Amino acid sequence: MVPTFILDIIAFISQPWPWWVAGPMIALIMFLLLKFGKEFGISANFRIMCAADGAGDYADFFKFDWQSQGWNLLIALGAVFGGYMTSHYFAGADGNIAHVSAATVESLRELGMNFQEGQVPLIPDFYSWEALFTLPGFMVIVVGGFLVGFGARYAGGCTSGHAISGMSALQLGSLYAVIGFFAGGLFMTYVLFPLIF
Amino acid sequence: MMRSSKYILIGILFGMTLYKAEAVSWFRIYEMFHFQSFHMYGIIFSAIAVGVLLVQWIKRTHMKSTEGKEIEITEKDKHAPRYIYGGIIFGLGWALAGVCPGPMFIVLGSGYTVLVVFLLAAITGTFMYGLLRKYLPH
Repeated sequence: MVPTFILDIIAFISQPWPWWVAGPMIALIMFLLLKFGKEFGISANFRIMCAADGAGDYADFFKFDWQSQGWNLLIALGAVFGGYMTSHYFAGADGNIAHVSAATVESLRELGMNFQEGQVPLIPDFYSWEALFTLPGFMVIVVGGFLVGFGARYAGGCTSGHAISGMSALQLGSLYAVIGFFAGGLFMTYVLFPLIF
Repeated sequence: MMRSSKYILIGILFGMTLYKAEAVSWFRIYEMFHFQSFHMYGIIFSAIAVGVLLVQWIKRTHMKSTEGKEIEITEKDKHAPRYIYGGIIFGLGWALAGVCPGPMFIVLGSGYTVLVVFLLAAITGTFMYGLLRKYLPH
């Protein structure tokens, strides 16, 4: 039998986390990595994976000591485990719901996604193998993935490397990158989404 | 073993945090780009606010890493073009996919195996950048 206090802890963790818990937690993760002599940046893993697959034969950009970056692959592996554990053991009663605002539910309708308030799923149904062969699914997964991988390396970092690590260190380049993230994101959301969905 | 496992544990904490805060949700990113909730901005701003304090603490005390060396934070060069151009391309992908690189791994772990295709597409994107790098303005 599982002791009650453990069930209480699981129930406590399984609630949706407010932003003021998540934000400082992300800062703590960045700090721990600095303390271990590393720098927080998830998208660097794509470059490591390219190098590990022998991309150094094609471009000097992939000729670097990728073995010394193995720790970053372990972060990504941990994130995969974290996603598995949370969805299986800490999901809670409404863990599969994204608690978005009423205004968001309303504007999703304009894209043809008809959800009731409080019933918007955490993960959209176009994240599936069947949807991969539809226009929205292909755009989201294949084109989206390509743009994220290309843009992150061109900009020299993604949300973790620029928006969190770079901004925390008050780096001007990271501010430009984040402005770019939002310029691209807003253009996609307002101009291109009506064409895709 | 201990040396490696701490990174996996940090990754697990990262995964739990973004999952439970719903930052892995396509709909939350959609909401963010519509400025319809403070939630995502709260996460990002509070992470930066606490992050600035922690980085200042590191710098002012010349804190040493667990490897015994003074912690160095790489100065990014200040030339703007690559950040803006790369940032815009990344932003287009972020809004479209609804996941950035961290959440991609987390959603994959939660059982959406199709994100393997997303991972391969992202690796291909990075590879293409490596090939085209010398032709692009930085």
